[in-house]
Amino acid sequence: MTTDVQHLLPCAEPVRFLDETGTLVDDAPGEQARERGYAMPNLSDLTAVWRQMVIGRRFDAQATALTKQGRLAVYPSSRGQDACQVAPVLALQQHDWLFPTYRDSVALVSRGVDPVEVLTLLRGSWHCGYDPVATRTAPQCTPLATQSVHAAGAAYGMARRGTDGIALCFIGDGATSEGDFHEGLNFAAVFEAPAIFFVQNNKYAISVPLAKQTRAPALAYKGVGYGVRSEQVDGNDPAAVLAVTRAAYQHARSGGGPFLVEAHTYRLEAHTNADDATRYRQPDEVTQWAGRDPIVRLQAYLLAEGQIDDAAIEEVRAQAEEQAADLRARMNAEPVLEPLSLLEHVYAEPTPQLREQAQLVAQEISLHEGAQEVGG
Amino acid sequence: MTTVTFAQALNAALRDALAEDENVLVFGEDVGTLGGVFRITDGLTTQFGEDRCFDTPLAEAGIAGFAVGLAMEGFRPVVEMQFDAFGYPAFEQVVSHVAKMRNRTRGRLTVPMVIRIPYAGGIGGVEHHCDSSEGYYAHTAGLHVVAPAIPADAYSLLREAIASPDPVVFLEPKVSYWSKAELDLPTRTEPFGRAAVRREGSDVTIVTYGPQLPTALKAAEVAAAEEDWDVEVVDLRTIVPFDDETVAASVRKTGRCVVLSEAQGFAGVGAEVAARVSERCFHSLAAPVLRVSGLDIPYPPPMLEHTHLPGVDRILDTIARLQWDDEPDTTHLVAETREQVGS
Repeated sequence: MTTDVQHLLPCAEPVRFLDETGTLVDDAPGEQARERGYAMPNLSDLTAVWRQMVIGRRFDAQATALTKQGRLAVYPSSRGQDACQVAPVLALQQHDWLFPTYRDSVALVSRGVDPVEVLTLLRGSWHCGYDPVATRTAPQCTPLATQSVHAAGAAYGMARRGTDGIALCFIGDGATSEGDFHEGLNFAAVFEAPAIFFVQNNKYAISVPLAKQTRAPALAYKGVGYGVRSEQVDGNDPAAVLAVTRAAYQHARSGGGPFLVEAHTYRLEAHTNADDATRYRQPDEVTQWAGRDPIVRLQAYLLAEGQIDDAAIEEVRAQAEEQAADLRARMNAEPVLEPLSLLEHVYAEPTPQLREQAQLVAQEISLHEGAQEVGG
Repeated sequence: MTTVTFAQALNAALRDALAEDENVLVFGEDVGTLGGVFRITDGLTTQFGEDRCFDTPLAEAGIAGFAVGLAMEGFRPVVEMQFDAFGYPAFEQVVSHVAKMRNRTRGRLTVPMVIRIPYAGGIGGVEHHCDSSEGYYAHTAGLHVVAPAIPADAYSLLREAIASPDPVVFLEPKVSYWSKAELDLPTRTEPFGRAAVRREGSDVTIVTYGPQLPTALKAAEVAAAEEDWDVEVVDLRTIVPFDDETVAASVRKTGRCVVLSEAQGFAGVGAEVAARVSERCFHSLAAPVLRVSGLDIPYPPPMLEHTHLPGVDRILDTIARLQWDDEPDTTHLVAETREQVGS
């Protein structure tokens, strides 16, 4: 018996439709990619991606500014990864599950989650600010790769329920070294779960470059060992990201099991505002990647195609500005803190010990408030 | 009434839960065709199909994390960690996600599940097959930690665990799997958070749970026969939630307390119980609360297991130190110990 592994392996080169100037690549996306069904998305869908990338990037800049003003405890920017943040999310259906990491705030905004609720975690007034059940979006995950197995489980659950729902699991390049990434791929494969593992390979795990992370020819090659179909894509080409994720979703929705996508992209900012990226990478490299900007690329293409004009660009810019202003205003209001709810949500019913502690806290709060009143 | 083993009671609880709620899924390593290495899931796959009781890849973090995802989709996973010490790869999932999901989402997303763990020693297991891991879980807010000691509780507490809106770490004393009781199933015992007085007495209270209950009861019988001490034995049943009320009431009545656990004593559940009793019953105590525990060592090889595990003698020796003659207990006075060592 021979095992055909070729169909599991990624294309030799990352799938790409648009080059760095936004010009359609000759014979895009190439024969192998075409055989796999990666089709150039239509102009209307690409416009939606472009629009959301512009809004998302403005959100990202606003969040960075809010951090500098002390309104957020920390903010991990995804600037440069805009295509990965937006295209896979816009291609989701409402009943699909999304499993984001801490760097995927723009993805959450793209999903329609209230930006203030998205930033609750990083503001620090609670952990997860949005309703995961109502939004079908898991809490942003910080313990690396642990969400991979959740995605496998939720995807398997949806398949068991007979829905065509899928689970989209975001993960970073560094996290592919964690055991849970491998267990997630393996469980999803064994149970034929409709889970999409979308690796944003932004080249650094905080400071550690990919070369110190793995000797794999590409991270997309990690799927074959688990029998998982895999692909690599130019993560700064929004058309390619959308085309490949759509094919992956279709594969999963139609019972083909999980799919691993590696998107080659780049984190233009430091790991977070608290990080100093000049300690581990050269400015030249950043400049080079800044020249592969996914928004510039798609905007140029849409302009050339006559799909958008300067007025449309101005309109989207104004919309992004308006949303940023709204976010700024709402984030500048002091958050309402609810100390007693710390004890309410440990168990469905507080234990007798937690009830005692809630009384203690209530007493401390009232004494403190009393003292403040006396102090005038 | 029929004779039911602890293992059969657990099996019946799983069977009845599977029959009652189609969202209940039983999975783990070897729990399917084999019926589990301890046969707790025996026959479930045959009866309910591989759809409801199934084997998974051999990866404990994967099992726990897969359960999180399934719980998000409304299923009730009941997973097995094959042995206590095999459960550690799942620790991150349990601590960072299973225990915290309700809290971090302010109750909007919950992941009720049961993590069954064959636990503790006394069965001659080789390395990594016997650990007293309750302390790790009890220290993690958001988990219920249940340790049944008798077949009726094995059934009833497991049913309650599966129905619970919160995640439950369900510790099954391996040494008790083959213990028997006359019982009608299904049975309903006291709910979570209620300790049980297993033997009434007036002189001293032994507080214990899980695998040490039989040893405590045996020690109580010997104490009555040989020393004329009337020992009360309290079985915690659930470590979390903890029943301060029943424990304190017993100690206030007897005036003396020994906390018995199989785990190593330092920073363990026994220490917590001793502290809680001291805080609440100080004026009723005729002597300091003493602990009887396993030694502060990595779990020993099977041929030396008896050196580690608390036995009747260690319990009786400890009870003897409870200042019956109003003499202070000097066991832990360092200077005196040094003197003895020097002499």
